[in-house]
Amino acid sequence: MPGPSDPSFDTLALHAGAAPDPATGARATPLHLSTSFVFESSEHAASLFNMERAGHVYSRISNPTTAVFEERVAALEGGIGAIATASGQAALHLAIVTIAGAGSHIVASSALYGGSHNLLAYTLSRFGIETTFVRPRDIDGWRAAIRPNTRLLLGESLGNPGLDVLDIPRVSAIAHEAGVPLLVDATFTTPWLQQPFKLGADLVFHSATKFLSGHGTVVGGVLVDSGRFDWERSGRFPELTAPYAGFHDMVFTEESTVGAFLLRARREGLRDFGACMSPHTAWLILQGLETLPLRMERHVANARKVARFLASHPLVAQVGYPELESHPDHALAQALLPRGCGSVFSFDLRGSRAQGVAFIEALQLFSHLANVGDCRSLVIHPASTTHFRMDDAALAAAGIGAGTIRLSIGLEDADDLIADLKAALKAAERAAA
Amino acid sequence: MKLEVQGRAAYAYTGGKAFAVDGPCVVFIHGALNDHSVWTLLARWVAHHGHRVLAVDQPGHGRSEGPPLASVEALADWVLALMEAAGVDRAHLVGHSMGSLIALEAAARAPARASSLVMAGTAYPMKVSEALLATARDDPARAIAMVNAFSHSSLASKPSYPGPGAWLRGGSSALMHRIQSDADGNLFEHDFRICDAYAGGVEAAERVTCPTHLVVGTRDVMTPAKATKELAGMLNAAVTRIVSGHALMQEAPDAVLNAIRQAIKA
Repeated sequence: MPGPSDPSFDTLALHAGAAPDPATGARATPLHLSTSFVFESSEHAASLFNMERAGHVYSRISNPTTAVFEERVAALEGGIGAIATASGQAALHLAIVTIAGAGSHIVASSALYGGSHNLLAYTLSRFGIETTFVRPRDIDGWRAAIRPNTRLLLGESLGNPGLDVLDIPRVSAIAHEAGVPLLVDATFTTPWLQQPFKLGADLVFHSATKFLSGHGTVVGGVLVDSGRFDWERSGRFPELTAPYAGFHDMVFTEESTVGAFLLRARREGLRDFGACMSPHTAWLILQGLETLPLRMERHVANARKVARFLASHPLVAQVGYPELESHPDHALAQALLPRGCGSVFSFDLRGSRAQGVAFIEALQLFSHLANVGDCRSLVIHPASTTHFRMDDAALAAAGIGAGTIRLSIGLEDADDLIADLKAALKAAERAAA
Repeated sequence: MKLEVQGRAAYAYTGGKAFAVDGPCVVFIHGALNDHSVWTLLARWVAHHGHRVLAVDQPGHGRSEGPPLASVEALADWVLALMEAAGVDRAHLVGHSMGSLIALEAAARAPARASSLVMAGTAYPMKVSEALLATARDDPARAIAMVNAFSHSSLASKPSYPGPGAWLRGGSSALMHRIQSDADGNLFEHDFRICDAYAGGVEAAERVTCPTHLVVGTRDVMTPAKATKELAGMLNAAVTRIVSGHALMQEAPDAVLNAIRQAIKA
C-alpha cells in the first residue's frame, strides 16, 4: 500500500524522521550544533530527566539532528528505533554491553571485520566476555557453540573477506531456539540490499562511515532494534527485565514492551560509555542517506561489470563475488540478496606478492587506502598492508592469498574502472619477469 | 503490579513508582492490540505528580492472563474489578480508542467511581469497515500494516515516543505484532469486532455524571474528529484538538499530557 500513508523505501530515505523546521521553515534538516537544550521550567527539566516526557537534554544522550538520522535508519531497516554512535565499532560495543557483562558468552561468525574480531577475541575477553567463533556456513556449529551463558549470536550479512553470505533465517532460528538474539553487521549490504529484520535478525548495526554516508568524510555508526525479541520470555536478560538501580529501579521491559533494549542502550550506554555521534556527523551522513537507493543501485551495477571483467581475465585466479556461480554462497545470495551483493569483494591475482604490489601501484582511479563503501573506488592489498606480518601459509589459513586484492567499487563510470584495472593487470604481468 | 482480577492474573503499570495505599488515582486503558506501554511517558508523569497510576494490560494482552473478554461491557466490569482489587474506590478513567469506549462504559456503570472521563482518539459508534474486519480475519499482518499506516499522520513526529531516535511506525507495528503473537487466537480481529459491536454508547453517555474530556487528533483518520461531535454533545464534554493522527500519545505526548492534566486538574 505505498503512498503518503505507507511510504516506500526511496521516499523514507528522503523524508523519514524529518519535517520542515517549525521554527524557521527550513526544508532541509537543520544542523543543531548545541551541546544542550534549555528547559521550559524546573518541572519540565525534572520530567525530562525522569523519562516522564520525551525531549532533548544533552547531546551525548540525544540531539535533534542526530535523532533524524536515527529515525531514518530505523525506518529504512524496518526497526523501531536506532542509536547513532561514534563509529561502527562503538555501535557493536554498545549492542554487546547493553545485554552482556562479565561471565557472558557470544557466538560469532569467524568471517568478521578485523576490528570486530579484535574487540571480541582480545578486548572483551579482558572484561570477562568470551566469544566462540564459528564458520558462518557451519549451521550445526552455531547451534553447538551456544552455552547457558550465551547472550548473543553475531555475524555479518556479507562476511569479511570472502563475502560469506550469512544465512540469517537459519542462524536466527537457532538463536531464537536458544532464547538469544541475532545481531547482524549489515555494513556491506545496507538496508537497500537486505533488511535483516525481515529475515529474522533482531538487532542490526552499521559502520555508517561506509555506504550509508557514501562520501568518505566522516566516521560513525548506528545500532537498530527490530523490537521483536522478547527479552522477558527469554529469561536470560536481567539487564532489561529486572530493576536497574542506575535509573530509579526502572524495569526497561515494563517501560517499553518492544523498546527495552534501546531504552537501556541510550539511558546507560550513551550516558556512561559516551560514544555518541556528533550532530555534525549525523547531518553529513543524512546528506548521503538521501541518495542511498540511487547510489547502491549504481554501486551494484558497477561491481557486477567489474567482477565479470575480472573473472574472465587470465591473470585472475578467482573472484569472490556471490553473484558469480563460482562463489560457494551463490544460491544463498540469490535467495537472500536478490538486489545484489554489494560492491566490496576480493579477487586473487595469479603470481607473487610483488605482482600484487605492482598491480596496486599501477592503479590510478582506484585509491589505495583502508576503507570501503566510498563513492570513489578503493583498493587494498592485504598481504602488503593489513596482513603484512603474515607469511604465505598464515595468509592462506586466513583465506587470503599473496595475490588477494580487495576492491570497493565506487560510482565512477564502470568502463573507466575496467580500463584502470586492465592497465594495472598489465603492470602486474610485467612484474612477473 | 500484579493483581488477581475476576480470578485471573492481571497486570497494571504503576508509573515507575510503588502503588500507594491511598491518594487520587488515574486508570489508563489502551486500545486494540496494544498494552500499557502506549501510556508509559504520561503515566510516569502522572505518577510523579501526586496521583496513583494503573495503566492496565487488558485480559489476553501483554502481561494479563487471557482469555480476552468478549465485549466493551465485560471489559468495563473488568476495569472496575481491577480498581477494586487495587483498593481504588474512585479514579479518573483515561482511555484511547477501544479503551475510550471501555472507560465510557465503566464511568456509566459506576458513576460514583469515576472522578473524570478522558476519551482520546475516540468515536461513537466505532464502526470498523467490513474490508478491514475481513483483512483482520484473513491476513492479520496485512491488517496491522493498514492500521499502522492509518494511525500515523506524519513521518516525523517530534520528539518521538518514548524518546528521540524512535521510529513511531516501527514501534507501533512491533507492539501490535507482539501482542498478536502472544495471544491465543486472532486478538486483532477480536478487538476490532468488540469496537464494531459496541452499541451502548448513547445509553452510557446518559448515565455518566463526571466531567468528560475528549482528546481529538485533527489528522485522525481512524476515529475522525467529525465522528466525535455527537458524542461530545451527549457527554457535554470539553474537547481538546491536537495536531496528530490516531496514535495521539506517540505523535503528541506533551499535548495529550496537557489535556489529561486539565482533566485531572494536576
